[in-house]
Amino acid sequence: MIAHLPALQVVIPLVSAPLCALLPAGRPAWLAAMTASWLAFLIAALLLYQVLAHGPISYLMGGWPVPWGIEYRVDALNAYMLLIVAAIGAIVASFGRTVVEQRLSLPVNKHPWFYTAYLLCLTGLLGITVTGDAFNVFVFLEISALSSYALISVGRDRRALVAAYQYLVMGTVGATFILIGIGLLYVMTGTLNMGDLAARLPAVSGTRTVRAAFAFLTVGTAIKLALFPLHLWLPNAYAYAPSPVAAFLAATATKVAIYVMLRFFFTVFGVQFSFETMQLDKILLPLSLVGIVSASLVAIFQTNVKRMLAYSSVAQIGYMMLGVSLVSVAGLTASISHLFNHALIKGSLFMALGCVSYRVGAARLERMAGVGRSMPWTMGAFVIGGLSLIGVPLTAGFVSKWYLIVGALEKGWWPVAVLVLATSLLAVVYIWRVVEVAYFKPAPEGLKVREAPLALLIPTWALALANLYFGLDTSLNAGVARLAAQGLLGGAP
Amino acid sequence: MQILGHFNYWIFIILMMCGFYMVIASDNLIKKLVGLGIFQTSVFILYISMGKITGGTAPIVIDKAVVYSNPLPHVLILTAIVVGVATTSLGLALVVRIQEAYGTIEADEILAQDRDDSL
Repeated sequence: MIAHLPALQVVIPLVSAPLCALLPAGRPAWLAAMTASWLAFLIAALLLYQVLAHGPISYLMGGWPVPWGIEYRVDALNAYMLLIVAAIGAIVASFGRTVVEQRLSLPVNKHPWFYTAYLLCLTGLLGITVTGDAFNVFVFLEISALSSYALISVGRDRRALVAAYQYLVMGTVGATFILIGIGLLYVMTGTLNMGDLAARLPAVSGTRTVRAAFAFLTVGTAIKLALFPLHLWLPNAYAYAPSPVAAFLAATATKVAIYVMLRFFFTVFGVQFSFETMQLDKILLPLSLVGIVSASLVAIFQTNVKRMLAYSSVAQIGYMMLGVSLVSVAGLTASISHLFNHALIKGSLFMALGCVSYRVGAARLERMAGVGRSMPWTMGAFVIGGLSLIGVPLTAGFVSKWYLIVGALEKGWWPVAVLVLATSLLAVVYIWRVVEVAYFKPAPEGLKVREAPLALLIPTWALALANLYFGLDTSLNAGVARLAAQGLLGGAP
Repeated sequence: MQILGHFNYWIFIILMMCGFYMVIASDNLIKKLVGLGIFQTSVFILYISMGKITGGTAPIVIDKAVVYSNPLPHVLILTAIVVGVATTSLGLALVVRIQEAYGTIEADEILAQDRDDSL
């Protein structure tokens, strides 16, 4: 059983997905989805424990030896990503059923299909992370992408449909680019196994085909992870998706795309080729800086709070790519730990907004006047998430900002360190706008707003408290991130 | 000779660019999907071309010593074809819903309606 954990990680949500569709609407379908996602979380935790105790795990699908069969390879980075995705997947699935279903634009008898799509999306994201086969990455990428288009389109606002359509077009272009890149690598090396690719690529790395493959993979993953200026699909998709979907996608989908990029650049192509021959860092650095500044500025002027958080996500992705472009252990530690911390931050913020919009009808700034007093617990969670987003000490967000600044200073890049601090102030501005309206504006006359139900508050607070916990105990988020960063840079694992 | 020898790859690039241009340039959501379909299909040609070996036959073991084509890219692309079908059908389903919600499938008219909403 234990030996088959890497396969079960994907198989359990995959098999549960069609099962959900067969179950009657209401509690059974939801229970099945929740059980499957908590099981996935348990498996991810066991995998991380095993990897930390005994080193990387290699699992051969169907017993076919590499490089012919598909290998599932779990090292510190994979296991860490699996834990993030599965944890967020489980917590979001526990978000109150009746409330979630009320906010979908689906007839009641179609509700089980929502859980089917949710579990398929989870399957895809876990599959991308666990696999060691380049083509398998593409297949799982499309599984997660197609189901996330469906999840976004069930938002109540009709603009959710257009947002899902736009994401479909952009996402398909990105995935097709990745497919071309993988094909070109295969034609040069004759293998699809990532470890095998890494061994065979140096011999042919001078050819134009490999360079073209590198370019296609860069652009493809950049679309998927919403790197500025390829982020245009993201704000609308997150703003009009149902809140739990926005929380889930914001916390996991772009993170997994960043994982794919790290895997290809560091493990498959190697640091030497990616950053010395192709000088990728020189492209990533300006793009991430411009992304951070411009997206933070745009976020300040949004009146739809979900949209504001979506733009803030683009800025946060900029921080992660900034860490990558430093190409050092500290920089990568910052990026990888921010994958974890940002998942907690955006998860808690979007879920708190889900509670607000359940009570006041929409996550628009003007509707939120006075909710700080009528919904103290919800807004409390929002404030904790916001502080963590800004990077206040004792919150998880501080840890990754700290490593990022250390990484920049190690390189002697003073202006970058200053910019990271300055843009944190922009985050203060946009979080403050919400706090000001919620706490200091009087509630409109005659409007009675009650606190959100416990079924929503418990998962929201679980994530909010995690923000505080991982700000104090950094052995998991920063400690394992450091291990993963050293593994990527080829140091001692 | 070099150019003719790479005939398949030229077709791949031309089709890909045609499809990509349609995705960017057309305002009609269905035409965008048609472009996207061509764009994806072009990649199938890339994969199929690279598996083909001149003079190679289908990989069925026979007694005579013959050259076989590489079947793996062909199998891979079967998966990609399935993905393409799923993408197109999901895209069309979304367009149907958009038509129901907005009464139009022209991107600029949808944009105009959304702008009126937010005012």
